[in-house]
This record gives sequence, structure tokens and C-alpha cells, in this order.
Amino acid sequence: MSWLEVDGVDVFYGRIQALHQLSFVVEEGEIVSLLGNNGAGKSTTLNLVSRIVPASAGRVVWQGDDMARTAAHDLVARGLVQVPEGRRIFSTMTVEENLMLGGYRVRDKKAISQRVDQVYDLMPRLRERRSQEGGTLSGGEQQMLAIGRALIAAPKLLLLDEPSMGLAPLMVKQVMDIIRTVNQRGTTILVVEQNAKAALRIADRAYVLDNGAVTLSGPASQLAGDPRVVEAYLGG
Amino acid sequence: MTQIILNGLFVGSFYALIALGYSMVYGIIKLLNFAHGDIFMFGAYIGMTCLTVIPGIGSLGIGAIAIVLLISALLTGATGVLIETLAYRPLRSAPRLSVLITAVGMSFLLEYGVRQIWGPDPQPWPQAGRLTEAANWPAGLQWGAQRIDILGGSLTGAQLVLMALAVVLMAVLALYIGKTREGRAMRAIALDKRAATLMGINVNATISRVFFIGSALAGVAGVMHGAYYSSITFLMGFLLGLKAFTAAVIGGIGNLYGAMLGGLTLGLLEAFGTAWFGGEWKDVFAFVFLIAFLTLRPTGILGERVVERM
Repeated sequence: MSWLEVDGVDVFYGRIQALHQLSFVVEEGEIVSLLGNNGAGKSTTLNLVSRIVPASAGRVVWQGDDMARTAAHDLVARGLVQVPEGRRIFSTMTVEENLMLGGYRVRDKKAISQRVDQVYDLMPRLRERRSQEGGTLSGGEQQMLAIGRALIAAPKLLLLDEPSMGLAPLMVKQVMDIIRTVNQRGTTILVVEQNAKAALRIADRAYVLDNGAVTLSGPASQLAGDPRVVEAYLGG
Repeated sequence: MTQIILNGLFVGSFYALIALGYSMVYGIIKLLNFAHGDIFMFGAYIGMTCLTVIPGIGSLGIGAIAIVLLISALLTGATGVLIETLAYRPLRSAPRLSVLITAVGMSFLLEYGVRQIWGPDPQPWPQAGRLTEAANWPAGLQWGAQRIDILGGSLTGAQLVLMALAVVLMAVLALYIGKTREGRAMRAIALDKRAATLMGINVNATISRVFFIGSALAGVAGVMHGAYYSSITFLMGFLLGLKAFTAAVIGGIGNLYGAMLGGLTLGLLEAFGTAWFGGEWKDVFAFVFLIAFLTLRPTGILGERVVERM
């Protein structure tokens, strides 16, 4: 059985169907990427897994349990943590307070401060800015903060929504390197990206979404060479 | 002059307590909770009833006020949670005007519910719980009724104790919001509910907690009001609610320290207004300041300097 199984899911926003019979799996230890253009249903898929949007058909199974009755705020305790699109850091709170909020469901205070230290080691820029307000950070630093904040909860599966959005190329590379490091330390990753090139470089496997359904899937190396992917998502 | 300031600070300290609840609720769900003043009124009626029905409470002096404060705070806190759960929560994603009108409805419900139970006439505050004429307080607690000189003015011992209580409550609240895990969660929800949910915060439970705290503080203020003015009516929450709103606006609505500062400022303004122009001008004075702040500085005294809401 797979770690995360999304099985035949339909999602509607009012009358508009955003996901059509969507199915995919994530195995323990992988980096899986969902690729696709704007409106393909990538963020909807992450919000489905995070229980922010409900499914009208199909199921989401996490570690063998159907998640249909679990509240969104309880997923953190189950090891499912999302880094949302647009980062959504708490802009008038300090970097340190943002990180502390990531540990809201962690009862062990010592574990929190250990993990905060680990995040600072992984992203030294955040340590320099620990008492600065989150909103004063640059886009790349905010993305790091959003990832760091999620890591304090020690996720088993980290869901990342467009981590490269709006970042300069050099910063995209840094953020992707951080994601790879986090994975190497044992966190499974599901990353949604429009930047297919950057995502395929770090992913083990990928799914291509179009109009709310999977159109292509396979190992990342194979997809990176697939002429259909090259033409549509890698700019010829 | 000193006496005017002391009176102003005393009244201001319970304005501040009411304004805090107003401001906290606004900070977290952007709702002007018009029922908040009526929670204050309800707190006063609960206090009055406790002083009447609890046997032997009359012999406890300031201890009676302490017991009544506690009961009143717990019951008004629960009332606030109930109103939020039943009336406001189902409208969480409705347009803000719908919730606002629901709040006005809750205000009427409390006012006329209380009128139905206790009647339309002003109720005298039981002798045992009065701050101003507690001549028959038990030995050892007489200091509560005696006036204590402060820099040429004077307040009764019980007034000082109640002011100190208000200050302690505000300090504890500021620490709670600023330093604890739950306080951080409240501030996070005020900024971004979705992101707060993704952190594992139970948004509904946290909002309930805010309503409990805010309403309990209003209940405390209700008892202080009854004990000081010796008479309560079922409509007194309307005016006090508006005053608390004024205090919150003067301080900067949504801002915790702003509510405290605004409450004290309004108390002082009213005290001076009364002294200079006569008691009948007191409310005019308060609302002139509301209008002045809304036109000249809508963000309030602290609104711009402290961007953090709640």
C-alpha cells in the first residue's frame, strides 16, 4: 500500500469541476512533483489532501486511513503539512514567532527549540533575521521561512505549493536545494510546480495535470525527455 | 483636579475592560460585536442576582464583590461563547453586513431577555456589594469603604482594589496574547485563518476562547459598574457598548494596548467633561471625541505605530 493514495477524486467549486477522477500515489521517501499550467488543478489537489477543499467523489488515503472525517487542523498531528501557495507567512509576526507557530501541535518544547535550531542551520539567513517581522523579508527568504515553519512540525509528508513562484533563478535553485536536503533527511515530498524544469530536476517521479486530470506520469528523468512535456512545459 | 483624574481613571479602567473584548473580537474576526455592551449589562444583572440570592453573602464585604465577580465572569464568558457558536459561526463566510446585523439582533435579544426576567425598572444594587456606602461592612474589612488620600484626592479602598484588579487582568491578558502558544495562535488567526489552519490551529476553538475572555472581562466590568453607580438598567449596555467602541477607536481598534489606552483616555475625558460642563454633557463629550477621531485619525492613537492586530 502506498503512503498517500488519491483515488478517483472529483472536486467541484460550485458548478465548475476542478478535478476529474484524479488518482495518484506517493511512496515513502519520494519526491513527487505535480506539473501543469495555471488552472490545471494543482493547488486544488494539494488543498484536497490538506482537507481545505472537500471531495465530492473518491477518497484520499494516508498511511492506510481514509482522511474523509479528519479535520484540516488535525492533519499536522498526523504528519501532513502544507507550505501554501504565496507562502502565507504571518507578516507582522517575527521570524521566530512564525517558526514557533509551525510547532503549535508539538507539545515537547525542547523538540521545538531543537528543530528551530536545525532550521536555522539549514537556512542561516533566517537566523540573522530571527527577530525581524516576516513581512520585511525578501520573497526568497519568505519562502524559506514558510518551509522552515512547516519543518518545525516534523512532517512525514511535506506538501509544497509553487515554492519557486516569483523567485529569481538563483533563489529558485537555493530553494530547490533546500527541498532536496529536507528529502534526504527523511521527509517525503509532494511538490506542485509550474516551473517544470526546476521540479523535474529534484523529483523522483512526476504527474502532469491538465484540466483536473492526470495526462502523463512516470519517472522524472523520463518525463524530462518526453517530447510532449518538452514542448508543452519546458519551452521546446 | 486630582479627584477628577482619579475618578476618570476608575471609570476608565472598566471602559478599558469592555473595550478589550470589543477590540479582541474585532481583531480576530473583523466583527463589531454590538452585543458586547449587553454582555456587560448581563454581567451586572448576574452580579446583582448573586448578591441577592446567595445566603450570608452580605456579611463578606469586599469578599462578596470578589465572589460575584468570579461567578459573573464565568457566566458572561459562557454566554459570549454561546452567542458566537450559535449566531456568528454559521455566518463565518457570509458578508460582513449579515454578521453585523446578527450582532444587533443578539444585542436586542439580551436587552429584552433581561427585561423579561428582571423587569423594565432600574434595579438598585444590593447594599452588600456597593463601593460607595458600605458603612456596615464587617470589622477588618472597613478599609474597603474608607477613603484613602492620594495626592490630594481620594478613592475608597475597594475602588483601589478593583482598579488594581483591572490592571492585573489587562497585564495578564497582554502576556497571554503576546507570549503564550494560544496567544500566538489568536494573532495568527487574526492575520490569516487559512495559514493558521495549516499550522494545526483549531480556528473555531480559538475564536471561542477569544469570545470567552472578552465576554468575561465585560462581565467583570458590569459588576464594577453596579458596585460603583449603585443602580443598573437593562438598557445600560447600549450606551456602554458605544463608549467601549469609542474607547477602542480612540486607542486603535483591533489593538490590545490601544483598547486599554483608549478606555483610560475616555474615562479621563468624561471626568473632565463632567467637571467643566456638567454631567449632562458627559456623553456628548465622549462622542464628540469619537467623531473627531473617526474623521481626523481613524487608526486611533496606536493604530499606525503598532501594525499588529490583536
